[in-house]
Amino acid sequence: MTVRDVHAIDGKLPAPDARFDVVVVGAGSAGTAAAIAAAEDGASVLLIDENPVPGALIGSDAPYFYGGRMTAALQQPARMLEQVFTSNPALETAFAAGVDVRLGTCAWGLYVNGPALRALPEPMLGLADAEAATMVGFGRLLLATGARDLVLGFAGWNQPGVMGAQGFAALLTRYDALASRRIVILGSGALALETALLALARGIAVAALVEVADVVQGPAALAAQVAAAGVPILLGHTVAATLGGIDGVEGVTLTRPPSPAQAGAQSGNGDWDALRSLTETSVTGPRPAPGKDNELEIPCDTIVLALGLAPATELLDAAGTRPSETISLIGDAATVNRPDPAYLQAWATALGQHAPPDTIVCQCEEVTRTDLLGVQPPRYLDRPQAMAARSLASLLNDGPAHPDQIKRLTRAGMGACQGRRCRDQVACLLAEQQGVPLATVPIASFRAPVRPVPLGILADWQESTAMTAGWDVWFGIPTQWTPYAMIGTAEEAEHVAGLGGNMHV
Amino acid sequence: MSRDWAATCMSEADLPKGAAVVVIGAGVTGLSAAWWLARDGFDVVVLDKGIVGWEASGRNGGGASHYQSPLFAEEQRLWPQMDDLLGYPTEYQRERIIIQRDPDLLDHYRAVGRMCSAMGYRVDDLDSQQAQDMVPLTDQSCLGGIHLRFGGHANPQRTVQAYAWALQDLGERILQHCPALSIETAGGKVVAVDTPRGRIACDALVVAAGPQSGMLLAPLGVEFPLASARAEMIVTEPAPLMRIGGVDGNGLYGRQTLRGNLAFGGGPHEWIDMDEAGPKARPTSPLIRNLARRVAEMFPKAAHLNVIRSWAGVIENTPDGRPILDRLDHPANVTVATMSGVGFGLSPASGHAVRDLVIDGACSFADITKLGLARFKNLEPDWREQRGWAA
Repeated sequence: MTVRDVHAIDGKLPAPDARFDVVVVGAGSAGTAAAIAAAEDGASVLLIDENPVPGALIGSDAPYFYGGRMTAALQQPARMLEQVFTSNPALETAFAAGVDVRLGTCAWGLYVNGPALRALPEPMLGLADAEAATMVGFGRLLLATGARDLVLGFAGWNQPGVMGAQGFAALLTRYDALASRRIVILGSGALALETALLALARGIAVAALVEVADVVQGPAALAAQVAAAGVPILLGHTVAATLGGIDGVEGVTLTRPPSPAQAGAQSGNGDWDALRSLTETSVTGPRPAPGKDNELEIPCDTIVLALGLAPATELLDAAGTRPSETISLIGDAATVNRPDPAYLQAWATALGQHAPPDTIVCQCEEVTRTDLLGVQPPRYLDRPQAMAARSLASLLNDGPAHPDQIKRLTRAGMGACQGRRCRDQVACLLAEQQGVPLATVPIASFRAPVRPVPLGILADWQESTAMTAGWDVWFGIPTQWTPYAMIGTAEEAEHVAGLGGNMHV
Repeated sequence: MSRDWAATCMSEADLPKGAAVVVIGAGVTGLSAAWWLARDGFDVVVLDKGIVGWEASGRNGGGASHYQSPLFAEEQRLWPQMDDLLGYPTEYQRERIIIQRDPDLLDHYRAVGRMCSAMGYRVDDLDSQQAQDMVPLTDQSCLGGIHLRFGGHANPQRTVQAYAWALQDLGERILQHCPALSIETAGGKVVAVDTPRGRIACDALVVAAGPQSGMLLAPLGVEFPLASARAEMIVTEPAPLMRIGGVDGNGLYGRQTLRGNLAFGGGPHEWIDMDEAGPKARPTSPLIRNLARRVAEMFPKAAHLNVIRSWAGVIENTPDGRPILDRLDHPANVTVATMSGVGFGLSPASGHAVRDLVIDGACSFADITKLGLARFKNLEPDWREQRGWAA
């Protein structure tokens, strides 16, 4: 006879609330097209998209780095819903094709059985909207989750007006709720160049592109279009400081890295004087910083980080799984590549060289660069004398550190954005401190829920009776809690029978 | 983490040739034992397959209130001193509150409270109003609770690192990414531990390798019965700090961190297979929805807070759920330690006990003989199946 542990999870996780032949996450162009195609093939199709993302979440930079440059329109859910429809005409076609389209619905967790989780009745996806969470099953799951902003910090980046290229594009095109008027773009790859052209097409001034390397990174044709619009691409430059006021960014101060070779970029031969004569022709363009021969100041209300993107694979990462016969990445999530690690590291190093010690790395938990390099505990804890001798360098003497270990000690990456804004900075710092290539450093883990979901919404309010009946605080092993003195006495059996489980204090 | 990654960063030259005591396992039990040994001047090397506190020691509720343990008094004596003794912050906070919204569970915990009071540790009953006053995140759905005027909680991850650093400050070594591959014996004693980086000779061995302990000991002819299971926790964004953060109940264990996050676990576990390399994955499951429900019920005024993360840990259990703390007869210089899933809070005391077993052959501050391995000598081979604990 098979004995069951009534306190084990086996048989207690319920089947999904609904099932579809095909579930598509992300109603961008790839996701919407795939949903329509599947529906036209006769499949039952669910297409979800987290947009419009609630204003509060946008404020905490999920899923993109929106950087606080949104207009008040974002706080009007009905208008945002309409805007999301307007910006994606294919959604009408999807409706007409019989796709179950759910906007304002995020996918927060993917669950598939594996070596350490075998209790699922079938693979399923956790969804949540503003009202409730549900679990859906799928024959095929298409993750058209796009790409997230890859973020590096610098002096003054933690104020309104510093954002990522994806956040910029989303606020501009999907929501029509971007407050920026005049931007500076960091990077010169295709993403940066396309961001510049998008901004120009929408009547937003682009003061300059800034590139730490001494060559433009993106396609020449795109660069030529940007140049033709009169936008300077400042090569061999990095951010020295951010000018800010009550509304956030008011300008940026650029400098040349003290040693481009050391910073990892190709050795620069940019003609500084020629550049200055070029740029000084415009009153609103780059101008020499007062009293600083080697610095330029550019007035702007927004700095857009366009150094690269990372495919948004958080659902797979958190599930510890990969694409399979039933689960596919499509669209940008499948095709976007992270930038060359050496390029990213060159930027991180150059930005870091000008970042004051109190520059924030993790915005959620307010961890400074100095505290991170010192592996210091958060400010609400005392820092005993012995902590002064501890640092990232001393920690690395013990062997390679994992970003999750840095997270545990400093809290960098422990906040609501799950390190979307700091994970790549932490990885770059770890690589730099250890003198190893960035590509060898593990990236901090993602965990479900990969979007913040309120307790009351995530909650399973229709819990199965088996779950309720078998619930114990810990393992439900009564003998575990027998007071030691009672073990082996006549009282022991009585105690075990009388108190049972739920004894964990 | 890949071996390549480890190899990139490790210096191979400084592997110690030997130590008075080798401790296998840089979890909280092994590190505390090593620290206690080092405090007495013994030369110690700690080996770990990964990073300090990477398994259950860094993935638990942080509680420190274990009335059932013979180490309880020593645990209570030591915790208030641990920050000073280790020299690094543990976030230890005194006292606990358990609240309930189910009358049967309230009665149950009132009985637990009376039992603790009878042992000389004060527990006050709280009525609904008192509980609401002390736990501002709850509401009138809380029927009452108990207030433990002892115990408390600490930050597991910070505490594990504090042990590690304190050990290093005493001049001792922790070798991360350096698993024990085999244990070498001669003349009825352990003489060395083999690792991928070389052989480390020792006069005594402590095995505190969690789920891997049984696999390491089996070749020595030592049957060390363990079953491993996965358990889950969730954490929210910060809530306003409560005066006592060690609040749990409603089927949950956990704490409010000093940052304000509500971190709670509980409910069903999953028995899993285990090999020498450790868990292949540590996923969470849709169980986090049942956890979220219970946290929202326990703290209705926090139900709007976002859940921002979940995690799972893998825990080993002995057949009776009680620790095994023992110095073996054969090989005679081996001390074995598992806390059977309740090890974090007891770690200041368990390390002391292990130190005593290694050096003196017996615990100096408590009778722990009922935690010996001998109690399992007639264990049936299918003990896991008999309990429904087979993976």
